[in-house]
Amino acid sequence: MTEMNTVPAPANNRLVAKLLLVVLAMFGFGYALVPLYDIICDITGLNGKTGQVSAAEVVGPDESRTVTVKFVATVNNAAPWEFLPNDVTMKVHPGGIYTTSYRARNKTGRSLVGQATPSVSPREASLYFNKTECFCFTKQEFEPHEDRDMPVKFVVDRDLPSHIESLVLSYTFFDITDSSGKS
Amino acid sequence: MSTTAEQLHDHHHEHPKGVLAWITRWLTTTNHKDIGTLYLWFSFLMFFIGGFMAMIIRAELFQPGLQVVDPMFFNSMTTMHALMMIFGAVMPAFVGLANWMLPMMIGAPDMALPRLNNWSFWILPFAFAMLLSTLFMEGGGPAAGWTMYAPLVLQTGDAFPFLIFSVHLMGISSVMGAINIIATVLNMRAPGMTLLRMPLFVWTWLITAYLLIAVMPVLAGAVTMLLTDKFFGTSFFNPAGGGDPVMYQHIFWFFGHPEVYILILPAFGIVSQIIPTFARKRLFGYASMVYATASIAFLSFIVWAHHMFTVGMPLAGELFFMFATMLIAVPTGVKIFNWVATMWKGAMTFETPMLFALSFVVLFSIGGFSGLMLAITPADFQYHDTYFVVAHFHYVLVPGAIFAITAAVYYWLPKWTGHMYNEFLGKVHFWASMIFMNLTFFPMHFVGLAGMPRRIPDYAVQFADFNWVSSIGAFGFGISQLLFLFIVIKTVRGGKKATSQVWEGAHGLEWTVPSPAPHHTFSTPPDVNLMHKEAHS
Repeated sequence: MTEMNTVPAPANNRLVAKLLLVVLAMFGFGYALVPLYDIICDITGLNGKTGQVSAAEVVGPDESRTVTVKFVATVNNAAPWEFLPNDVTMKVHPGGIYTTSYRARNKTGRSLVGQATPSVSPREASLYFNKTECFCFTKQEFEPHEDRDMPVKFVVDRDLPSHIESLVLSYTFFDITDSSGKS
Repeated sequence: MSTTAEQLHDHHHEHPKGVLAWITRWLTTTNHKDIGTLYLWFSFLMFFIGGFMAMIIRAELFQPGLQVVDPMFFNSMTTMHALMMIFGAVMPAFVGLANWMLPMMIGAPDMALPRLNNWSFWILPFAFAMLLSTLFMEGGGPAAGWTMYAPLVLQTGDAFPFLIFSVHLMGISSVMGAINIIATVLNMRAPGMTLLRMPLFVWTWLITAYLLIAVMPVLAGAVTMLLTDKFFGTSFFNPAGGGDPVMYQHIFWFFGHPEVYILILPAFGIVSQIIPTFARKRLFGYASMVYATASIAFLSFIVWAHHMFTVGMPLAGELFFMFATMLIAVPTGVKIFNWVATMWKGAMTFETPMLFALSFVVLFSIGGFSGLMLAITPADFQYHDTYFVVAHFHYVLVPGAIFAITAAVYYWLPKWTGHMYNEFLGKVHFWASMIFMNLTFFPMHFVGLAGMPRRIPDYAVQFADFNWVSSIGAFGFGISQLLFLFIVIKTVRGGKKATSQVWEGAHGLEWTVPSPAPHHTFSTPPDVNLMHKEAHS
């Protein structure tokens, strides 16, 4: 075994270093998919998420057109809240600012922290649904048995495609008491 | 590295006696043939453990109603069966074949990184011991499916961190194996072994290795996100904190789709070695085979969302993923037609490896066609998560990956052991596997189209007859594989002496060394240019 046709170490080392770099880059790429996904969802409205705070320029309502907005409330994983919309539907004119509210009641004798996440359906409409004020922007702290109304102020964009006559705003209420650092 | 390979090998020449010495020899071996053997036996063991889990699944589904196991355990059986078969049986078996054959096929003395090779194997027993131990933990084994979708998988009990870490270990092992294979193929070829003279098994493995280093880290990232979501308060997939569970599916399938080609490309390579041998003709369309493999690998990165058509994608996305998926049928078709053209007017004989390779071509095509049906977005809404999907992927994995591995074992076993296997028993094994395999999986197409959902231990009574047939087929298939184990052990222990060439129509460097292949081969590189000239004169 004097004449082995192995390659000199540097050639192998260089190749292995390059391949390891690819491995590291792909591990990073997996994480890069997270912001990438959010950006793509923002552009396409893919996951029904609405924009966060919106300083919608108010051009005034378009009286010639009426859109029905339906309100839905869900409690995730049977969390100990009663959670309901105060208005089930509203007729709105695109461009006008409207206010509605949701009511939540802590059914336990403990302090709770909740977080609501909004979703708009159909997906296409989510790009045209702007909230100027929403209880979903912050986490909501509840005293034992507290019962309160939480307001939402929204504008349906005047550019809403004409074939959309009604849309649904849905909130899911999550119990984040454990992860918010409160007992 | 030039001298280390030589030094590492020298102390293996005398085989020491005693149990401790025997253990030390296998623990510390850096010889590619030893490590190939370890990989193959390990994958065989995992194949039987995973197969036993499949028997439990089929026993429960033998009749409607709940008879054998409780539903939670049933779910953990489907999950574990998939993990054991994919990461424990098929992938290590391919790596084992690569270890044994690649250096001999390209005229290299060993793998480029022998010590890394040892390490990448010995990680596996620990990874799978950890994974199997979860079955005995509080809350049971992982039961959320091998895809580990959030948020369901986050409800796993104590098993959860063990599941994640074992996936990490499997990933590290395959990435190291892949790096080793790329380094071997790119740096260790004998003079004259140009890239476009490499046997197809080497080509398909080179491309598979690139897929592995590209996607295994993405899986590692995805499961790490699950881990931090569960224990460290991150919200990658938790909507309460601004995350999105659908994003998990995108990241997972970005890994998952190339992964299914990792499970099949080496099988394409094996079949491309075997068919020319027994048709006694050169492989038809060699270059187109290489380019087709590369195109399949490329396309595998842009079709992932066809696994999740029903999550609510924009129409443009559904159309893109549908057409991109259908496009894969083109290079795959090139391969199928090349294999058929290789056999055309060939002097064919039907030894066991050829039988398995031929049934691969036919049955894999059936699996490919049901894949095309699933690619049609509007139809997929009906098929999604039914037994039709189960039938589809078992048709590409059982007569696809498993039959190819079985064919490879019969094909190269005389080279490894120096003995011919018993041809009669081999044929019995083939026909039993072939018949029982179809009996198991073909009826699943029908129950799937009729709407039977997958991953559920009970079903509506109208599916009872087909499930009864499937279960009988599965038990038969399981028993047939014990015959395979018997044949392999019998061949290792003795049998008719094999010649160097073994098969009349076999060509390639691995058939120029004696059978059994000596511990060290091609310490002096062979002259491939000379051989190439002879073959063409």
